[in-house]
Amino acid sequence: MEVQQFHYDNKIVKNFIYATMVWGVVGMLVGLLLAYLFLFPTLTDGISWLSFGRLRPLHTNAVIFAFVGNAIFAGVYYSSQRLLKARMFSDVLSKINFWGWQLIIVGAALTLPFGFTSSKEYAELEWPFDIAIAVIWVVFGWNLIGTILKRRQRHLYVAIWFYIATFVTVAVLHIFNSLELPVSLTGMKSYSVYAGVQDALVQWWYGHNAVAFFLTTPFLGLMYYFVPKAANRPIYSYRLSIVHFWSLIFIYIWAGPHHLLYTALPEWAQSLGTTFSIMLLMPSWGGMINGLLTLRGAWDKVRTDPVLKFLVVAITGYGMATFEGPTLSLKNVNAIAHFTDWIIAHVHVGALAWNGFLTFGMIYWLVPRLFKTKLFSIGMANLHFWIGTLGIVMYTLPMYVAGFTQASMWKQFNPDGTLVYGNFLETVTEIMPMYWMRAIGGTLYITGMLILVYNIVATIRSGSKVTDELAEAPALERVSKKRLAGEGWHSWLERKPVRLTIFATITILIGGMVQIIPTILIKSNIPTIASVKPYTPLELEGRDIYIREGCVGCHSQMIRPFRSEVERYGEYSKAGEYVYDHPFLWGSKRTGPDLHRIGGKYSDNWHLNHMYDPRSTSSGSIMPSYPWLLKNKLDKSTTEAKMQTMVTLGVPYTEEEIANAQQQMTEQGTQIEQNLYTDPDFAESYEADKKNAAESGSEFVEMKDREIVAVIAYLQRLGTDIKVKDSQE
Amino acid sequence: MLKFVKNYMETISGIEIYPIISLLIFFAFFVILFWWVFSAKKEYINTVSNLPLDNNNQNDYLL
Repeated sequence: MEVQQFHYDNKIVKNFIYATMVWGVVGMLVGLLLAYLFLFPTLTDGISWLSFGRLRPLHTNAVIFAFVGNAIFAGVYYSSQRLLKARMFSDVLSKINFWGWQLIIVGAALTLPFGFTSSKEYAELEWPFDIAIAVIWVVFGWNLIGTILKRRQRHLYVAIWFYIATFVTVAVLHIFNSLELPVSLTGMKSYSVYAGVQDALVQWWYGHNAVAFFLTTPFLGLMYYFVPKAANRPIYSYRLSIVHFWSLIFIYIWAGPHHLLYTALPEWAQSLGTTFSIMLLMPSWGGMINGLLTLRGAWDKVRTDPVLKFLVVAITGYGMATFEGPTLSLKNVNAIAHFTDWIIAHVHVGALAWNGFLTFGMIYWLVPRLFKTKLFSIGMANLHFWIGTLGIVMYTLPMYVAGFTQASMWKQFNPDGTLVYGNFLETVTEIMPMYWMRAIGGTLYITGMLILVYNIVATIRSGSKVTDELAEAPALERVSKKRLAGEGWHSWLERKPVRLTIFATITILIGGMVQIIPTILIKSNIPTIASVKPYTPLELEGRDIYIREGCVGCHSQMIRPFRSEVERYGEYSKAGEYVYDHPFLWGSKRTGPDLHRIGGKYSDNWHLNHMYDPRSTSSGSIMPSYPWLLKNKLDKSTTEAKMQTMVTLGVPYTEEEIANAQQQMTEQGTQIEQNLYTDPDFAESYEADKKNAAESGSEFVEMKDREIVAVIAYLQRLGTDIKVKDSQE
Repeated sequence: MLKFVKNYMETISGIEIYPIISLLIFFAFFVILFWWVFSAKKEYINTVSNLPLDNNNQNDYLL
């Protein structure tokens, strides 16, 4: 048989590792800043692009897509070449994949802090980036599948299946969740094509499966490659890995609605989500057990080898997070945990332990091999391991306590039926010590990350220049397309990569289709409420500012049908109230109170003062102040275009309403300005400002034209459509 | 108020068949999966599970 010589592309792996480390530090630093903003809310006062709401999506995107994303590419590019005994399909595609991905990340860092956001969690990037991500992702898939097709290894190892499933599913998820209509082709602004409940369902189908197919399946592939490598023994049970793969990708895709329990999502979809989430425990734990048992007989190595230590904690973290996930999807547990810091703890067990530690283990294993040297310091790697582990504990434990504390306080009733902690703020100040501990835990974790960077840089400096690695393998003989005599179904299938890809795609599509198609196509799933009307032009502009500032990061707009929530916030939320919400703004975390029925609760002046300095109206509040809203002139130049876009999406604005948008905005703004005058303090300072401007000849923006007025208009509208007592029907 | 949260599915004609189809898909999926797995040949399983280890990587001896 002819033996062919070829080179593995190591440079691309090296580049992705560098990117992983750089973006890891950046993403974690932003997270750390956010943790400290809980403690010192005035830390970045007055700097709009450093305010909490704008930075939160930057943190989540940087960690998920930049840090973990680059780690995935590094691991996939390294292991695929070796498992397939072939160089990557095309060096050009590899380079486009690398540089394209980094450009998108830089683009994210340059747009998210400036308020360009779709507000859909983990999909915040605006439409030009969504297109770029789709293109680069296809380049990655093309490169991967091309490599598979020219492989010299007949059998596809299970890691490769996980990579294929990752590629296919992330493409499907990304495209369907990002369907949005740009307001204009020259601007960044777009609106989701889905509204309200449908948008929520699609978003959490995406959000949940982004966790599944971006943070889990590629990492499982990496686990199935790097754990046997590092332990120098094959995976515990290959049969189990087959079951793990197929059942995981089949079941995962159904579980998304568990993010929407007790919301206005139809109950059948909620129940489906819960059922599949519980089943998901089986494949997840099957995978964890498979990973851990691979170390049977090699546990002595775990004592000395930092790589194995990181991998063991990573797999343990996977086990904990995937036990917690199904638990959280039980309705009674979810009733407590949802909207609290418990969820923050949950995601950080996943991110810090599973993704972070697996990445670290992989880097410590890969870099010495790529640079033909030894790790600069095993002692430092051990220090990183311990400081990182302590960081995870210090981060997550306080967040669990905080979550429980807050949920119990939210639900505590006096014997006379009133809330014990009627003031939401009490439930925030109570958990400040937990936020302190979390910030310390985060500091420890990032310290470990910096130790890694130092250790790896030193290793690279001591190593030899990266060269492509020579390898040889016999060329693949052609075999019959049919099953060979005595060949099992599965071995036939997995030497047919294209068919495997198609089967995997079908498997993941079933769940998505069953849930999403009925919700979108069947109108009766979203009952319309006659009194619900589209937003006025000014409210629409205010809503866009609400989106821009990332208010949704801390405030939900979804009152669940609990006595405690109805008592605190008002009538629970109905599906029909959101039919004009492109995108939905239900939120997933209540660092501050729910805002769905905020309309009419406070005066316009209260909102103005609260936005200028939250601590002036609510002592001890940790909300950022928004002084720029009080100064900036509202950009009304695209209002009509926005309304037109909404009309295309099915919001019933009339031609007349669009034509009169400017006039209507002025009228509503003037009314709010008049309302503000009822506060003598406001009248005095506003008139003084006006006078000063007139004297100095500088431009003066009237209050009715400022952004704050639009925000007030929107907030005062929220939830008022059905406030008229219609609950008798 | 109940009409806002309950009984969506009842309005769809022929809905009764959906749960049965779902169950069948589900059941068939796992039956086929387990059949695959248990009918897989031992030597095949051994070959494939050793794939990560049998590469002639020149650097693997390090560390």
